[in-house]
Amino acid sequence: MTPRQRRMSLVFGILAGVGIAGALALSAFRSNVTFFFDPTAVAEGHVKTGEHFRLGGMVTQGSVKRTPGSLEVHFMVTDFKHDVPVAYSGVLPDLFREGTGVVAHGHMDGNGTFVADEVLAKHDEKYMPPEVAKSLKRRHGEAREDALSAAPGSGGAAQSAPNAGSEGAGGQSPPSTTSTAVPPGTPAVGPTASAPTQVANAGVH
Amino acid sequence: MLPELGQFALILALLLSGLQAFFGIFGPMFARDRWVAAVTPAVAGQFVMLATSVACLIYSFISNDFSVLYIAENSNSALPLFYRVTAMWGAHEGSLLLWIFILSCWTVAVSIGVSRMPVRFGARVLGVLGVVSFGFLLFTLATSNPFTRLDPPAPDGRDLNPVLQDPALAIHPPILYTGYVGFAVAFAFACAAMLEGRLDQQWARWTRPWTTAAWAFLSCGIALGSWWAYYELGWGGYWFWDPVENASFMPWLVGTALIHSLAVTDKRGLFKSWTLLLAVLAFSLSLLGTFLVRSGVLVSVHSFAADPRRGIFILAFLVIMIGGALTLYAWRAPKLKSQAGFDLSARESFLLFNNILLVIAAATVFAGTMAPLISDSLGLGTLSVGAPYFNPTFMLSMLPLTALVALGVHANWKRGRLSEKQRMLLLTLIASVVLACITVFAIYSHGKILTPVAATLGIWIILTSLVDPIDRIRRNMSLSRSVLGMTVAHIGLGLFVLSLTTVESFTLEHDVSLAKGASTAVGAYEFRFDGVKSIEGPNYQGVGGTVTVTRHGEPLTTLYPEKRQYYVQHTTTTEAAIEMHYGSNVLVALGEDLGAGKWSVRIQVRPLVNFVWLAAFIMAMGGVVALTDRRYRVATTAGAEDTAVTGVTGEHAR
Repeated sequence: MTPRQRRMSLVFGILAGVGIAGALALSAFRSNVTFFFDPTAVAEGHVKTGEHFRLGGMVTQGSVKRTPGSLEVHFMVTDFKHDVPVAYSGVLPDLFREGTGVVAHGHMDGNGTFVADEVLAKHDEKYMPPEVAKSLKRRHGEAREDALSAAPGSGGAAQSAPNAGSEGAGGQSPPSTTSTAVPPGTPAVGPTASAPTQVANAGVH
Repeated sequence: MLPELGQFALILALLLSGLQAFFGIFGPMFARDRWVAAVTPAVAGQFVMLATSVACLIYSFISNDFSVLYIAENSNSALPLFYRVTAMWGAHEGSLLLWIFILSCWTVAVSIGVSRMPVRFGARVLGVLGVVSFGFLLFTLATSNPFTRLDPPAPDGRDLNPVLQDPALAIHPPILYTGYVGFAVAFAFACAAMLEGRLDQQWARWTRPWTTAAWAFLSCGIALGSWWAYYELGWGGYWFWDPVENASFMPWLVGTALIHSLAVTDKRGLFKSWTLLLAVLAFSLSLLGTFLVRSGVLVSVHSFAADPRRGIFILAFLVIMIGGALTLYAWRAPKLKSQAGFDLSARESFLLFNNILLVIAAATVFAGTMAPLISDSLGLGTLSVGAPYFNPTFMLSMLPLTALVALGVHANWKRGRLSEKQRMLLLTLIASVVLACITVFAIYSHGKILTPVAATLGIWIILTSLVDPIDRIRRNMSLSRSVLGMTVAHIGLGLFVLSLTTVESFTLEHDVSLAKGASTAVGAYEFRFDGVKSIEGPNYQGVGGTVTVTRHGEPLTTLYPEKRQYYVQHTTTTEAAIEMHYGSNVLVALGEDLGAGKWSVRIQVRPLVNFVWLAAFIMAMGGVVALTDRRYRVATTAGAEDTAVTGVTGEHAR
């Protein structure tokens, strides 16, 4: 082979490799990407039974129910228009609480219950996963979100560890303004304590 | 006063970086030697200013100056001293200052290093670094000033995020940033070469140690972050394909390609324009990573508060830097031709495929990371891309790569002559298959289809990497640091593949509900839950559980997982209890009180997971060994000899 032919064959080889890899990646992409839906989208029938997706919304106040001693937990996820019942078996994340945002991964069973295999409670400082915030905004507009922010919190029942009592479990605390520094010794427990910034941004990676 | 002093120093640093950029780029261009001579003092001055600025901020943290907004938001008087110092880079503003300070440290090191190089070339390198520094300083002062005052001062601070109060995370950002920012040096060398319109093997020899050093730091930084996520986030995961993890992983992949491509440019004078492109790409991905993390555009456990202004600024900066570099590349790269040829079985071919596969891997990670962002902004729906996409696509390019590593280290330059080593390669392959089968089937007696394949490849890399050094030692031949470093790094890679395969195939994980005194079995281990009690720490309180572990009925250990409640931020954190036994990490994490006297408990047995991080560390050490090679220190004379020996002249495109 002349150097030119060799170079051309090399280029073709590379292109073929990249092409195959691209095609495979694309197919992996199609079959492995999960979409995000809110309860209204679920109620409007955008998802098929058994299809895996991410459900996001707020955990309805007072909806967390657990058979004592069991890992099975049931709660409602709401976008304040529609509710979706969720069933989950396993350890809930530290930030999971009634009245706060949640994203769950799973599928709908035949009876209209979302069976979650993973529950995520990642928040920004407004207590809301960004995609949940966006979906709520879309459904209700800014005004509704502001009303939500102002809503007073009621005690959270999800967390019931003896000392890790329910803290600031209510609705959204106001967007963290800078002057809300808390003096030392503020009691950490008790349903009335507010949590100005529970930021789940876990680092600087 | 100190915060104002810090801010003033920051402004002076901005001016000096502007001078450094101007004199460094235009001095050589217009052949003004006095301008060129002004570059190094500007570098030194900028370093002093930034050091002052960092010292002011750290001192303000130590002295609990809550009249500074950033400190009020990220520190607290009850915070232990060590974390008051590390809280400096605990959030956006401070970590940006750290970024710039580290860049300044690299620049000072380069300014010492370039004293052996032609003066004008060195000035160009420093000039490009000045542009990067100028952009970041402007960004800091315009949108994220860490010295902004708070009026009236807060009585106390809001505390550092509890998950950041950890030794590994305290040192993780500086190390990671040193790696990230280090690619700026390779980038600056590439831009300087393009500005000169000249690139020879000597250039590659100058660039190599800097790139290798940055790569080693980045490897350590990523491994530290993964280790931290594993034990501190509490639930036993060690890699989430989180956008922020990907942001540091993409430059690592391209950086790995770059150090291999530089080896070819150094030894054979080939792949010149490709090497330049990789250098530009590696740093672009570092910048993009900064953009992804800082602008908060992606949903991530790591992102700092979102601020669109910051995002737009970084995006503009990104476009100017990358766009500028690529324009320069399009203009200059066609002039830099490589002439020598090589066989398909030569080492050059293997390194070419290494590069292609690494870049493909980086591209698939990039696609998966950016897809949610693009889909969202185009209104195609909110989607999420996770492990089900990343794992198979990544493996698709990495498995062939590992096979190529085993072969490639035995291929000669120019002509491969692999047939001479056929017997050795075959023998080591058989040995690897046997060892892998013993591990997979005798110890674990099950596995997925790819488990024995990947385990074989991992062992094969280790064995073939050892052949040549052992042979040389036996024949009393010297072993250069470059070869030794390469061997160490490749053994690290083999260990990485092997341990990762084991972790991914044989991890056992159960969420269980346990009453006091109840037991559960996971694999060979039995876990007995002995109840919980209250605990109290300096700035938190919580509950601690007691779990007694036995293995095959023999008592093994007692674990004490905790659930903590931090006072100031009211954050609950899960402190998993982890111990390594028989190579496996046994992890117990306390969930929540389920009522009826029962607690939810997560139990996880991860075999060899510690070796994944150890392997990454070994790879980094390989890099460190390689960069201490003599040839980089006496580069100027050795370079001339080397060129003469191989008969390949660095073509000067002029």
